[in-house]
Amino acid sequence: MEGMLLLMVFVLAIFIGFEVITKVPPTLHTPLMSGSNAISGITIVGALLVMSVETHGLVSQILGGVAVAFAMINVVGGFMVTNRMLEMFKRKD
Amino acid sequence: MTKVAFIELAYMVAVVLFILGLKGLAHPRTAVRGNLLGAVAMGIAIVATAFLKELNFMWVIGGALVGGGLGAIMATRVKMTAMPQLVAIFNGFGGGASVFVAAVELMQKGPQESTSALIAVGASGLIGAVTFWGSLVAYLKLEETWGGNVVYPGNKVVNVLLLVGSLALTGYIVHDPSAVWAYWVLVGLSTILGFGLVLPIGGADMPVVIALLNSYSGLAGAATGFILNNTVLIVAGSLVGASGLILTSIMCKAMNRSLANVLFATLGPSEGGPTADSVYEGKIKRTSPDELAMMLDGVRRVVFVPGYGMAVAQAQHVVRDLTHLLESRDVEVLFGVHPVAGRMPGHMNVLLAEADIDYDKLKDMDEINPMFSETDVTIVIGANDVVNPLARTDPTSPIAGMPILDVDKSRTVIVVKRSLSPGFAGIPNPLFAMDNTLMLFGDGKKALVELVNALKEN
Repeated sequence: MEGMLLLMVFVLAIFIGFEVITKVPPTLHTPLMSGSNAISGITIVGALLVMSVETHGLVSQILGGVAVAFAMINVVGGFMVTNRMLEMFKRKD
Repeated sequence: MTKVAFIELAYMVAVVLFILGLKGLAHPRTAVRGNLLGAVAMGIAIVATAFLKELNFMWVIGGALVGGGLGAIMATRVKMTAMPQLVAIFNGFGGGASVFVAAVELMQKGPQESTSALIAVGASGLIGAVTFWGSLVAYLKLEETWGGNVVYPGNKVVNVLLLVGSLALTGYIVHDPSAVWAYWVLVGLSTILGFGLVLPIGGADMPVVIALLNSYSGLAGAATGFILNNTVLIVAGSLVGASGLILTSIMCKAMNRSLANVLFATLGPSEGGPTADSVYEGKIKRTSPDELAMMLDGVRRVVFVPGYGMAVAQAQHVVRDLTHLLESRDVEVLFGVHPVAGRMPGHMNVLLAEADIDYDKLKDMDEINPMFSETDVTIVIGANDVVNPLARTDPTSPIAGMPILDVDKSRTVIVVKRSLSPGFAGIPNPLFAMDNTLMLFGDGKKALVELVNALKEN
């Protein structure tokens, strides 16, 4: 049952995504991509969830550590570069 | 309130902020704040998760410092012209993270997982590995360290077999969740699939590939959410998935091609189309910066049409100087930007914004096309196929039906270009031979610097 509920959440979120993102103007499509890229770094949450003290075995720990690193590249790099781009679009007064 | 309820609440706040953040991107004025909201949402989700379980801090902090540091360095150092490469490689890391999260979860708790979670393990491995390796190939192609598009016979059949193999292995993992080896074989097959999907595609089709991989990176994250029963992963992942799909479909429409055609067909010069000689012979008129400077005297409206060539020549800053010079003489200056100009959606807009050109002057195709008939001079810099009138007139042309910028309707067209070489579609462009077209041959940046100097002397 829980799986079905999650599927419901997934489908509804896709609909929200379509509604919100169709309103982004073509001028901002590159920052949209890098910004949504940063959001896909949400896998960091997944990486943290599998990296508790109960996680045993060196292989699991290394793989989890790599997952944390990959996701953090996405999060930090994505938000920073998007900010850098969007600052350029600000009107200079 | 229990700890779990508190964390669920924090996730809900994060999800709301992600959506509000994306909403902020609807306008350049609110976009910076929107991006910050997204970052705050991410922070909330991370902190809340860190409270849920006692973490293995050595690996978590080590990984976070290394990853965060690398991300920060890449984000600050990247040149705006190299943005497509950066976005491509970032997509890949998102997919790679999902592959490893699914692996660890399967190794730790495989036999206790529900069927739906095990299916999601397979999906994470498949989508994640395709995204990682596909993005790496896209990155190398954009960096031009990997030239040429590799098409080998039976490519499509192999891809289908790899996909079927991955799905079968997912079935096996559901049957026997202790079979971690099956997961790694699945990742191996998906790796080859990632190469097989992106290797044959290149050049002007890159915007579609990057947008699609963007979507995959989100879907991979959503798949890990199904493994871990985690709503914030599912919502954030599907928002990104939707975003990438929308951009993919916009890019395909702007080329009048289906997604299947972009992914699986190879674009080549059409048989029996007009040859370059018959189109250009005796009809090409050259101009010089000095002549052009005189021509620009007393005009009312000038439209620039930038393409990938502007990025290659790094000509965006001199275009800005030219814009300011013309505006100081009461000329209205606008920019017509085709949706697939450049190597990723919105590529040209970012370069022009970097050069301090106001976003109000950047017009998209539907806005600018009716304005060309009232334009005195249109200057095409480094664009080719997106201004080729054959798209309107020749139904047998490979670009037939592609919506183009109607630059030929303006009084005079100046094309700044190194030579008469064809664009990505490999066909001649009759625009260059039209009565109202003048060619300014040379490097885009150098030619425009000379034009600026000539205008100043004039």
